[in-house]
Amino acid sequence: MNIVLRLAWRNLWRHARRTWLTIGAMVFSNTLLVFMISLQFGMYGLMIDNTLQVFSGHMQIQAPGYKDDQKMRQVVPKVRPLAAHLRQELGTDLVSARGWAFGLASSEERSYGIGIYGVEPEFEARVSNIPGLIAQGRYLEKEDASEIVIGETLARNLRIGVGDELTLLGSGVDGSFAAAVVNVVGIFNSGVREIDRNIAEMPLGTFQEVFYMNGAGHQVVILAPDLDQAQALQQRVEAMLPADDGLVVHGWDALQPGLRQAIQADMSSAFFMYGILVILVAFSVLNTQLMSVLERTHEFGIVMALGLRPGRLGRLVMLETAMMGFIGLLLGALCGALFTTWFTVNGFSYPGMEEMVANFNLPGRVYPRATLLTMFAGPLVVFVFTLAAATYPALRLHRLHPVEAMRTN
Amino acid sequence: MRMFFVLSRLAWRYLWRNHRRTIVMLSAIAVGTWAMIFMTALTRGMVDQMIVDGISVIPGHVQIHDPEYLDDPSVNNRVAFSDTEIAARFSDAGFTAWASRVRVPAVVTSERESRGVTLLGIDPAAEKSFSFVDYDNVDGRFLEGPDDKGIVLGAKLAETLETRVGKRVVLMSQDPDNEIADRGFRVVGLFHAEMEATEESYTFVGKHTAQNMLRIGDTVTEVVFLGDDYRDVEPVYNKVVGLVDDSVRVSRWTEVDTYLGTMMGMMDGFMLIWVIVIFLALSFGLVNTLVMAVFERIREIGLMLALGMKPSSILGQILIESMMLLAVGLVIGDFLAWATIKPLESGIDISVVAKGMEMFGAASVLYPNLDINDVILSNVVVMILGFFASLSPAWRASRYEPVEAITKV
Repeated sequence: MNIVLRLAWRNLWRHARRTWLTIGAMVFSNTLLVFMISLQFGMYGLMIDNTLQVFSGHMQIQAPGYKDDQKMRQVVPKVRPLAAHLRQELGTDLVSARGWAFGLASSEERSYGIGIYGVEPEFEARVSNIPGLIAQGRYLEKEDASEIVIGETLARNLRIGVGDELTLLGSGVDGSFAAAVVNVVGIFNSGVREIDRNIAEMPLGTFQEVFYMNGAGHQVVILAPDLDQAQALQQRVEAMLPADDGLVVHGWDALQPGLRQAIQADMSSAFFMYGILVILVAFSVLNTQLMSVLERTHEFGIVMALGLRPGRLGRLVMLETAMMGFIGLLLGALCGALFTTWFTVNGFSYPGMEEMVANFNLPGRVYPRATLLTMFAGPLVVFVFTLAAATYPALRLHRLHPVEAMRTN
Repeated sequence: MRMFFVLSRLAWRYLWRNHRRTIVMLSAIAVGTWAMIFMTALTRGMVDQMIVDGISVIPGHVQIHDPEYLDDPSVNNRVAFSDTEIAARFSDAGFTAWASRVRVPAVVTSERESRGVTLLGIDPAAEKSFSFVDYDNVDGRFLEGPDDKGIVLGAKLAETLETRVGKRVVLMSQDPDNEIADRGFRVVGLFHAEMEATEESYTFVGKHTAQNMLRIGDTVTEVVFLGDDYRDVEPVYNKVVGLVDDSVRVSRWTEVDTYLGTMMGMMDGFMLIWVIVIFLALSFGLVNTLVMAVFERIREIGLMLALGMKPSSILGQILIESMMLLAVGLVIGDFLAWATIKPLESGIDISVVAKGMEMFGAASVLYPNLDINDVILSNVVVMILGFFASLSPAWRASRYEPVEAITKV
């Protein structure tokens, strides 16, 4: 082993307790960082997936202005041929056309205002997970049947079940009165309160007829194979749209602006906390290394008098710190990984969390997502700050005068 | 007592013997304390604002409903006794403020669009202290009395409906026999609220007008009461419970909106966890500092013991030293927190993430809230935990064998 390495290693264990305490501070912070970051990214992933896959998809083709106003007459004309065309051109099934209207749904006993979606029964399951969440009955089958599926809360509030009739009242695209009687064939349970309470789906063909859509719809939903490919796909779709229709493509962050911002807001407060933890560790290291340099003043004086350059001594101190930091990094990442893995298997929850996170379409138990990045990002930052903290004691050595130093005791 | 002063003086001098170490440790404690209080003030401010806004949307700290109403907010689930009787019971009972109202889901339709809303039939005079609508910040005018024939919509809703003050809209809901109950209204005012969701979902009409429209005679769906402080609604709750029988359900606001209720509880939990996490990160440095301080004066300690100082005095002296260190650090940290929060109290604009904050249920301006109880709690927790963390090094110091200690190099 290199002599300098050996020297640094031995110096480190002169005060084993002090070194372990300093490493302890690192391990504590690292464990916390690994766990928190894994949990955070697990949550964000879930937030995005749940919100987008329940309904909005990775992108939507809409009439300009529809996103903000959601007015009936802001339509995508000939929506089904357009969706079919896209499916063919993109070579994917993850495309589905929809219409949306607001209406009053009345059962025998109750009436509620709800959002009614007209969907393509064969393709909706590719872009949304609602068809897969049918708790009773079945999902829609035919393009022009008088059927509807509704959310569980809505069914309870309306006091109806599968097989019952529901009357829909609303206004058509031209503002005229629209009404229909449809059969409830299925009830879904998405677990998201707002969706289960406010949403119904019926076949797009029937929808177009009831609301006088004249073949039009309001959105074409497209799902990319995964989130990372959404951007590229969006550009392809944009290039494919007929120029004269004036249709626009909105990406997921435009469709769900709250989602990205909620993540941003949460991230900034989380990073503030992480920053504080890292700074506290840095202080701890600074203190330790300052002590270790000060108590060796006499010794340093001697070796300097023997001809050792302050720069080399400084490197020695840095090396000691790096060794200490490295142990902290490894142990911290390890503890963090163990800790996180336990929660990855068992899920993480705390009392009251279910109510808290329901706003973000999250279930009451989340599973942290441990990746190499979440495992080492935090500990690496701690390591860098550890080294930065040690530069002050290391640089101080340059001001050391051998003779004076040897006199100190 | 005299002993205490002597020990304190000793401790203070020891502290400044190695001033660099003390200063580094003080900085760490100060930064930690600052972060504790700063973060807590921000979060507390956000949660307070959320609750204040939230309560203003579910106005009333204590509410009376039909037992079924909260699960099924239908016109069929009305308060069991008539509005006249309600007035007779509560008018002279000495409540800060109370009001009875009709609150049912409805659909509002303009020539262009329809939307689902919550219809509030109110007596504007009685609601003044509850309402989230600033009566003076209304385009047009607010309702003038329970018999007002006009309707007040949120500004955002009016935009979606493409309607404005002076135009007519139709309100549809159901009567107790599930017949459609509808009525035309002239829009008399548009209100503004902190959150878009509020502007989109609430519409106000006169209480008597609503009762006529819904054909529910002299009945209402809820009675609400205001206490002096939303944190402590028990006095009002108990008073209300004493005035009604089992035919209705009395609920605190925390039960009406479980999300907000949970948030308030979570806030205190979060605060404590945050303080403890920071303390733990600090504790390694603190213990380390004490271990070093003891180590470098083993000989002195041995000498004092040999001269007849009691081990308990050594223990006390080191504990005092640690407490002094913490206390000074805390004071600096508290001051820093105060100095950074004060200038921010007029509000921090976070409107770049407004949509995201809305998902949390929070507004886009953050008002930090420096709660003295939070400050006291964090200081006390640090002192107490700090005391226990210092016990081990102090104990070890007091157990030295004088002869061994003196001869130690």
